[in-house]
Amino acid sequence: MVPNDRKYSESHEWIKVDGTTATVGITDYAQESLGDITFVELPAVNKTVKKGQECCVIESVKAASDIFSPVSGTISAVNKTLEGSPEALNKSPYENGWIFKLTNVNAADLKPLMDGQSYQKFLEEHQ
Amino acid sequence: MSETITGKKTVLYYAHRALGARMVAFGGYEMPIQYEGIIKEHLATRTAVTIFDTCHMGEFRISGKTACSDLEKLLSCSVGDLAIGQCRYAFLCNPQGGTIDDLIVYRIAENKYLLVVNAGTQKSDFEWISANISPATTRATNVSEYTAKIDIQGPKSPGLVNKLLNDSLLDLKYFYFKYCYYKDTRVMLSRTGYTGEMGFEVFCPHDLALSLWNDCIQLGAVPAGLGARDTLRLEMGLPLYGHELDAQRNPAQTGYSRNISTTKTFIGSDRVTSPDALEEKMVGLLLDGRSSARHGDAVFLGEHEQVGTVTSGSFSPSLQRAIAIAYVRKEHSHAGSILTVATERKKINSQVTALPFYTQSTARKPIAQFL
Repeated sequence: MVPNDRKYSESHEWIKVDGTTATVGITDYAQESLGDITFVELPAVNKTVKKGQECCVIESVKAASDIFSPVSGTISAVNKTLEGSPEALNKSPYENGWIFKLTNVNAADLKPLMDGQSYQKFLEEHQ
Repeated sequence: MSETITGKKTVLYYAHRALGARMVAFGGYEMPIQYEGIIKEHLATRTAVTIFDTCHMGEFRISGKTACSDLEKLLSCSVGDLAIGQCRYAFLCNPQGGTIDDLIVYRIAENKYLLVVNAGTQKSDFEWISANISPATTRATNVSEYTAKIDIQGPKSPGLVNKLLNDSLLDLKYFYFKYCYYKDTRVMLSRTGYTGEMGFEVFCPHDLALSLWNDCIQLGAVPAGLGARDTLRLEMGLPLYGHELDAQRNPAQTGYSRNISTTKTFIGSDRVTSPDALEEKMVGLLLDGRSSARHGDAVFLGEHEQVGTVTSGSFSPSLQRAIAIAYVRKEHSHAGSILTVATERKKINSQVTALPFYTQSTARKPIAQFL
């Protein structure tokens, strides 16, 4: 079951809001589909991103995948451990494998995102 | 993920599904790309023992009093000097000097040979061979449908095979084969593989394959899929048909000169052994960092001059960095040359290196060290 403390996009990103900061990562379904992750190209801190904008690339042994920001905002931090240990994304996609944090989040962008139950259903319908 | 199955199933298909393998269409078959993970399976091959389903590959029996002379005409390697029980890597070339397939030829008896070919090219290989043998005195039979093959690879493989087949293996040299017994049925065991590690290929009748596969797992083998098979062979600089070899590629450019005879003529030899053949050479590229290059990426000298093309690329689990194989114009193919690879997203600096990338492979070591 996916965690209920965050919201989800149809492209399998999650976003967890804590006060004025939001943390973004990819779901367990996404990391499993990608396979062994070998490289993460993190976005630049202070970069502004728009909802749906490609802001990060995740490479696995066989392929590369774009990660889209689920909301508009400003990148305030990136998870540097992923540079040396990208496998953290596979092992702990919801905790240690977080990818970037945002501030100045456009609250309206959060509304259309799915909650845990809806995302779970989305996965069942699309598998 | 949709469940549409487009390829044929090997006899081990359901075993892979039961193990939770992720399947992919390859060479006309539904094959496992990974079970627990490509990197895990790759490292298990280099340090322990893994098994690969290679039933999809093709096998042809070539026999008769002109079998040897016909094979000399068809294959790039020297055939006549193979000992009974010995095998050799060779290229099957077209008259234009391109590659129809790469394969291994086994000498079974005086006038009996076995060819082991790639899955995707099996039909066209057999048509080509059948059209180019002496009709009355050489017979070619496609036994692929009846022949199952499992690759058992890794430093712990001799210990496993010793128990599996109850054979000491001490007399089995690299690129030689022998017959053993599994459940009272004769099977063929060759000391060959596509990983660079000490290992074997077991050829057996279809109906024994599942039992043999399961016995290997019981004896500690880790199932490994095509994903790891690719990263392992890439680290060893081994060509993959469809990437480093194709109908337009002159196989002399791979650098495998030991498998191209200059003392006989064979179909395509005038182009393959010509001095102009080496205008491009196959090289290894060590990329800066972990981001990979892929098949088709252009290779540049400086900003503007394209000097080559990547044919395979990936992250290397053993070297922990991105590596690639490319064909590069011969003037720029020396080890140490700095070239730039234009990947889909960015340009990456790389250094030309001699192959293989991985230099601690165990395939050629004395088998006694591992028993």
